[in-house]
Amino acid sequence: MKNHKPLFLFIFFCLLTVVGIALGEPKDVFQKAITICLSCIGIG
Amino acid sequence: MERFRHLVQIVSAFLANCRLWITPSNPIYKGPLKHICFPGLNCYSCPAAPWACPLGALQNTFATLKAGLAAGKANIGLYVLGSLGMMATLVGRMPCGWFCPFGLIQDLLFKIRVPKIDFWRPLSCGRYLSLVLLIFALPLLIVDNSGFGQTWFCKYLCPAGTLEAGLPLLVMSPELRSAVGMLFFSKLAILSLFIIWSTVTIRPFCRAACPLGLLFGIFNKVSWLRLKFNQRTCVDCHACELICPTGVLFATGKDDINSTKCIRCFRCYVLCPGGAVSIEFSSIMKGDIQDLEGCNCNSKQG
Repeated sequence: MKNHKPLFLFIFFCLLTVVGIALGEPKDVFQKAITICLSCIGIG
Repeated sequence: MERFRHLVQIVSAFLANCRLWITPSNPIYKGPLKHICFPGLNCYSCPAAPWACPLGALQNTFATLKAGLAAGKANIGLYVLGSLGMMATLVGRMPCGWFCPFGLIQDLLFKIRVPKIDFWRPLSCGRYLSLVLLIFALPLLIVDNSGFGQTWFCKYLCPAGTLEAGLPLLVMSPELRSAVGMLFFSKLAILSLFIIWSTVTIRPFCRAACPLGLLFGIFNKVSWLRLKFNQRTCVDCHACELICPTGVLFATGKDDINSTKCIRCFRCYVLCPGGAVSIEFSSIMKGDIQDLEGCNCNSKQG
């Protein structure tokens, strides 16, 4: 029984990740993650 | 296998919150691991967390998309969606059952010996509302004059954020206490609701409100690792339905065994006396499917 869906999806999401890294998106994730957003956690 | 899963959950919860040297002057980790999203609900404002939260990162992506486009530089979430998608493509919703610290908290609360109440199945629609409205639509569509939206799920619902970040930060930083208002008390009420609910119903947050679980669960049917139910060897004991923590009713045909609700804890695989449940791996290289057939043997239960 053939089932290539997981392979295609995995390659697709790998590509998304690589393009995201190339566009510098991890830096945005990092900047948000090192800043305590008080209103985001219900304070303020 | 259940003991092994609990061990993995405990190790994972520790890894998700392994920053041990916390001081009031340096309340949050700012090292390189914060570039990476942890595959579970774990607030990145938690003083002990060295990882980023995938839901917080996704919401921020959509909340800043309009302003970013206006400024000519937009983060469209490819990195976060791609990394979550890779995990989901491999194992579906397995991170919920094995890695999520908030899942572990709910599992432990359910062990408290009080009368138990069944989960009301229509409430599972809440996960869709949570994902579509709080994670995608509202952060993207409701923006201020500068084009910035809010992180609606974190701000108004997430009980993990209140437990792991809100309360510890208030304990560590007395100056923050003056900023506490109705929003915090409403979030505290939501956290209390889920804590009390978790003692009487197993995994209520995962089943009624978790958008990350739904995001992973969408891939359950197409992931590399799947479950398979063989109706011919089913002995109709319904043990699988009684022990399923998320109420997947596949033996009676109400749900698919790879439903979005399944957290891949494998309790049904271990306990099925007829061996009707098996674990299925799609071979990535050959495109074939290989099965770990379920069997009526006690060796699985070790």
